[in-house]
Amino acid sequence: MATTSATLDVNGEAREFQGDPRQTLLDFLRLDLKLTGTKKGCDHGQCGACTVMVNGRRINSCLSLAIMHDGDQITTIEGIGTPENLAAIQRAFVSHDGFQCGYCTPGQICSATAMLKELADGWPSAVTEAVADTPAPSDEELRERMSGNLCRCGAYSNIIAAIREVMQSEEGA
Amino acid sequence: MRPFDYRRMADLQPVDQPGDRLIAGGTNLLDLMKLDVEAPRRLLDISRAGQDRITEHEGGLRIGALVTNADCAADPRIRADYPLLAKAILAGASPQLRNKATTGGNLCQRTRCQYFMATDTRCNKRQPGSGCDALQGVNRNHAILGTSEACIATYPGDMAVALTALDATVEVLGQGGTRLIPVAEFHRLPGDDPARDNVLRDDEVITGVTLPEPVAGRQIYRKIRDRSSYAFALVSVGAVIKLREDRIARVALAFGGLAHKPWRDPQTEAILTGQPPSPALFDQAADALLAKAKGRGGNDFKIALARRALAAVLTEATEE
Ligand SMILES: Cc1cc2nc3c(=O)[nH]c(=O)nc-3n(C[C@H](O)[C@H](O)[C@H](O)COP(=O)(O)OP(=O)(O)OC[C@H]3O[C@@H](n4cnc5c(N)ncnc54)[C@H](O)[C@@H]3O)c2cc1C
Ligand code: SF4
Ligand code: FES
Ligand code: FES
Repeated sequence: MATTSATLDVNGEAREFQGDPRQTLLDFLRLDLKLTGTKKGCDHGQCGACTVMVNGRRINSCLSLAIMHDGDQITTIEGIGTPENLAAIQRAFVSHDGFQCGYCTPGQICSATAMLKELADGWPSAVTEAVADTPAPSDEELRERMSGNLCRCGAYSNIIAAIREVMQSEEGA
Repeated sequence: MRPFDYRRMADLQPVDQPGDRLIAGGTNLLDLMKLDVEAPRRLLDISRAGQDRITEHEGGLRIGALVTNADCAADPRIRADYPLLAKAILAGASPQLRNKATTGGNLCQRTRCQYFMATDTRCNKRQPGSGCDALQGVNRNHAILGTSEACIATYPGDMAVALTALDATVEVLGQGGTRLIPVAEFHRLPGDDPARDNVLRDDEVITGVTLPEPVAGRQIYRKIRDRSSYAFALVSVGAVIKLREDRIARVALAFGGLAHKPWRDPQTEAILTGQPPSPALFDQAADALLAKAKGRGGNDFKIALARRALAAVLTEATEE
């Protein structure tokens, strides 16, 4: 039997997917749910603009089918914070000018949020000197870990500064 | 994208209908379906079909086919005993992609030949018998070893290069039962049938990959690419090298970006084994590795690059 539906938890709300299984998670979020914070850059996994979190892990929503996410918890930029109630990472992007046009920003912020969890869990990266060791959160590590998000405006150094601020304030807390 | 039926699978079973296609992470298959390069009639979603654990196995480890690249590279046992595998995985794609990419899907990822990925060109892999536009075209990222006049594409992945150097085995399940295939024999050379990337039969699914007992020695993965992250390899080298009394006691070398499969050359390894390391010896090893290398214009540089990459890895592995 062909399957044609799925129930997803999107930012804490149950949402029904029904219909053509060709629809990507990205198009479902943007077109059906009108959650247009998540952006489409390349539609081929090459830019990271479509990054969302699925069960806490960052993925490219353009290379995933909505129907494959039955029961999954999806967090988009709208679920991270609102204009009235910004998350710390969003405030840090504002105060550090972590963007110019802003197109890559929702993806950067979702990616950074999940990245900080990966780092806290001790995941290594390609620049970790000895992969068996717990990685040190150097700028080089942060850059490598954010390399799945391109920014055509080249706001990279300010993005790293924003992420670093959040890391430091979490340490202080 | 062409219409298809969709079905969720509760476990991994052999494929029994022509036109059925497994989808795991979807990061390669969906990309190619959007480009109309792949057009399955039905997708069997195996993303929740189990086989998502790494377990102890005969002194080594068994990685289930659905273990994600991210989980595999973060596993403490992989990082401690098979750092080459963790490093190769981490050198590939992006964190987002590695969170979806699976062990089975990664092995079966298709070439990044740009003609294969565009339907308005001639490509024997996409459309058997149509020709190969890469032969006279832009072939900068194409193969220099084991090519044929029908196809000069490379196998693009990093993980399988490490698995080849580590003597891992692919476990597959078909209508006739389970088969074990050394990773080194899983991918094939194009010959006159480039449509087939590997030796999987139509009904077979990958259930897991097994790693033998860990071996002593330095493990290195060196990947050379156009930018320092989030790019496929031009040339890569996976190496496991053990020194004893200032001589190379054991060496396993696998190369990415050079051929239609991770390339392993017994002669190159034989030249190095038992010898004291020296630049002259490394040169001799590179001579053997590249004796039959053939550039097609755009990729001529890979011959010199492979030689230097090998020397760099051997130097790093044998210095104090
Ligand atoms: C922008 C970009 C950059 C990338 N860079 C790199 C890189 O630098 N290095 C690298 O190695 N890779 C890279 N990749 C490729 C990525 O690693 C692969 O797309 C991924 O590993 C495929 O795994 P998947 O589970 O998503 O496969 P899917 O897309 O789900 O499947 C791929 C193929 O495998 C088959 N398949 C899946 N599971 C099984 C199974 N259990 N048994 C039999 N067949 C199966 C499917 O039918 C399909 O044909 C990149 C990809 C993108 C989009
Ligand atoms: S090199 Fe192979 S994949 Fe590329 S166009 Fe030629 S036949 Fe197709
Ligand atoms: S839109 Fe998904 S990675 Fe570019
Ligand atoms: S702010 Fe414009 S693309 Fe990043």
